[in-house]
Amino acid sequence: MRGFQQHLSEFHDRGFEVVAISVDSPAESQKLCQSRGYSFPFLSDPDAQVIRQYGVLHPKAGEDGKDIARPAEFLLDTAGTIRWVNLTDDIRVRARPEAVLAEISRLGG
Amino acid sequence: MKRHWNVPIWAGFVIVIVALVSYIPIFAVFPVTRDVPWANYLLFLLGGGLLGVGVTRAFRDPQHYRGKISGSVLAVLSVLLLGFFVVGTVYLTKQIPLAERALRPGQPAPPFVLQDIAGKQVASSELLKGHRGVVLVFYRGYW
Repeated sequence: MRGFQQHLSEFHDRGFEVVAISVDSPAESQKLCQSRGYSFPFLSDPDAQVIRQYGVLHPKAGEDGKDIARPAEFLLDTAGTIRWVNLTDDIRVRARPEAVLAEISRLGG
Repeated sequence: MKRHWNVPIWAGFVIVIVALVSYIPIFAVFPVTRDVPWANYLLFLLGGGLLGVGVTRAFRDPQHYRGKISGSVLAVLSVLLLGFFVVGTVYLTKQIPLAERALRPGQPAPPFVLQDIAGKQVASSELLKGHRGVVLVFYRGYW
């Protein structure tokens, strides 16, 4: 997230928005955004409905056995078609914003 | 003869502790030291080396140096801490589902309407309309 925030203007310059999604409540995400200075949208999917639709559910991995998201990044074009997906096999290792920007360039963005 | 306090043993152990606890607040913040935690392994190596020097000295020259017992205990503890770190970073953090059902490139992205931090409803269709594309970053959250 920190990396995406640092490269946010590069995404915006290319006409792309970065959107974070988790099961966190809006209040929880607001605390996070305030303390870390994140200025892109953080969306709340408390029942993991959208997370499930994208196929990135990590069942019963949260507090009290709650379903949460596994880390994943999706690149969508303006038509709403998925153009690139990154599924890590390690929660420590996330997509680097540079890699996503390179993918946008490769796709002609 | 007065025996010297065996400094490398304690210095080494402190560095081993730092090697363990520094990962999350410091080195995991930067992708270069996060993906492969080489900086932490270097610290473990440095701490282990110092401990090794101290313990060797305590056994070779017990008339001058203390630390046969404390050095051995701290060396064993250090090995356990290193083991915990290795298991944590190469095994525990990989315990996530494979996501065989994750949507693939070429598939349509399911539309959604979700609340942002201000409680406002945000529709994916609106986000897409105003941009050339959108990067969705799914994360585990802090609950």
